Amino acid sequence: MLYALCFLLFMIGLYCAVVKKNLVKIVIGLAIMEYAVNLFLIMLGYRVGGTAPIIGRSDLQAGAERVTAHFINSAVDPLPQALVLTAIVISLGSLALLISICIRIYDKYGTFDITEIRRLRG
Amino acid sequence: MSRVLPAFVVAPLVMAFILPVFGRKGKAVATLLANLVTISLLALAVACVGKTGIYEVGNWSSRIGIVLVLDGLTSLMLLAVNTVSAAAMLFSVRYMEQYTAKTKYLSLFLLMVAGMNGVVISGDIFNLFVFLEIASIASYALVGFGCEHEELEASFKYMVLGTVASSFILLGIALVYGNTGALNMAYTAKAIQQTGINAGLAFAMSLFIAGFGLKAALVPFHAWLPDAHPSAPAPISAMLSGVLIKALGIYALSRLIFNVFGVSVPVSWVLIALGVLSMVVGVFLAVGQWDFKRLLAYHSISQMGYVVLGIGLGALILAKHGNPLWASLAILGALFHLVNHAVFKSLLFLTSGSVEMATGTRQLKKMGGLVERMPYTRAACTIASASIAGVPPFNGFWSKLILVIAAVQAGFFGLAAITVVVSLVTLLSFLKVQRYVFLGELPEELQNTRENGGSMLTAMFFLAALCMLMGLLVLVPSMRVTVLQPAVDVLIEGVSHSMKVANL
Repeated sequence: MLYALCFLLFMIGLYCAVVKKNLVKIVIGLAIMEYAVNLFLIMLGYRVGGTAPIIGRSDLQAGAERVTAHFINSAVDPLPQALVLTAIVISLGSLALLISICIRIYDKYGTFDITEIRRLRG
Repeated sequence: MSRVLPAFVVAPLVMAFILPVFGRKGKAVATLLANLVTISLLALAVACVGKTGIYEVGNWSSRIGIVLVLDGLTSLMLLAVNTVSAAAMLFSVRYMEQYTAKTKYLSLFLLMVAGMNGVVISGDIFNLFVFLEIASIASYALVGFGCEHEELEASFKYMVLGTVASSFILLGIALVYGNTGALNMAYTAKAIQQTGINAGLAFAMSLFIAGFGLKAALVPFHAWLPDAHPSAPAPISAMLSGVLIKALGIYALSRLIFNVFGVSVPVSWVLIALGVLSMVVGVFLAVGQWDFKRLLAYHSISQMGYVVLGIGLGALILAKHGNPLWASLAILGALFHLVNHAVFKSLLFLTSGSVEMATGTRQLKKMGGLVERMPYTRAACTIASASIAGVPPFNGFWSKLILVIAAVQAGFFGLAAITVVVSLVTLLSFLKVQRYVFLGELPEELQNTRENGGSMLTAMFFLAALCMLMGLLVLVPSMRVTVLQPAVDVLIEGVSHSMKVANL
């Protein structure tokens, strides 16, 4: 169910990027798409009532086998969080470049409307 | 040999961050350093041919860490990427003097090279995505480097479609991770072998086809390419058309299909359909163009169709358990055409840059008679045109011949016929280029046109010599066995290859 909502968010972003005529709105659509993917990645690793995937020294003294079993059953998968961190940095880079190109386009054409920015054809 | 693998990424990356420090005054030093990096990477890539191995980053075992993999396909791609980047960098020495901010250009160029090398050597899917984004973002910026109306518009269009493609790819990677619990290609392949393709993985596969198809500009996804490639400075057009769409699109897609997911009949048909569409639509759109670089860009779409068609044919034969020899012939043709296209298309873009720099225009109708003024550029352009049109004995002829033979052997006579017809139309449109640019009357305003000398000519001669000699790669058995055959074997062995690499 949650995954479906996440996918819906992705489709909203895609719709916005494809249909909107304003450069800034297109960029917002792209950002929504990226957030939807990040959210999806986070949810892959999430667990209701999970704990942080860290084993402390005091835990180990209680008996290794029981701790390991408890760890496997309750710990959250940390890898997607690392992936999302990387993905956020990447999308920050591309978003900054997109916005700066929007500003340069506004300088040249004096508009954000893509129907008026049409010098390339064919 | 695998110990040198990180150098392919680290050297250009470090240099990319050092170069902007030189600023306007240290331009000559910066140019020299950048050329040094690309040329030494080319030497390194040549040294890597025929070697295999894996490099575990930070000594983490491949189960949990990042691995870099060197195998036959990787070394072939490294060779292509670094050959073209060395030539384009050499060409930029003189060509980029007409732009300001040359050191920033050099830095972005090296960033793009680092990204492409990273995509090719990376052994896990998420790392591939990271490097793909590094290369893409550098290329978005380079397309808009001139900061004029058309360039900004093309760059924006390219960026929007590129970002959509990246989101698709990342969503696909998330689905693969959710279904297999691994990101390393070998472990993912093993998990997929055990569980089979379920609905989630099939959806991930379709996302990958759409995402990498956008990056490779296959026909339903090609809208950005004819705008973006001509807008960039000529050496960057050469890089984009020559290697970027191949390393980011076709290499990544075929690596995932063959070595991670395993070939299947529906996916092969999708590849064949995309290939045929790209071939036919690309070439017919190209014939009507009057802008030199735009014409070349449409031909890139068409020629990529050949490569995807060959790979799809190979996959289809493998998936149907046909004769592996025919599959290997089809893939050999495809990979050989990929390398050939890297060489002759970048040469064509460099000659178009040379012509544009000398005449100040890209419109075919405004040129003419340049054969007297620019004899060397003309010679290079003729060689490249003959190669792309498939005139023997240049390299393009051999790869197209192999593809046609493979299609006939597999029983696809229609496809073989389409391949030949598209090749003839390509010849027609390059005869048009020769006729309008180099032959005919020299217009009044171009009387003072001069040949570009120095580094630009050297770069063009280097690639032209490769165009003439690369036929030897298939004709001489010992060269075929060391360079092309290992790359073909990687794809033919498919999923079992990735497991062999990781010792699973």
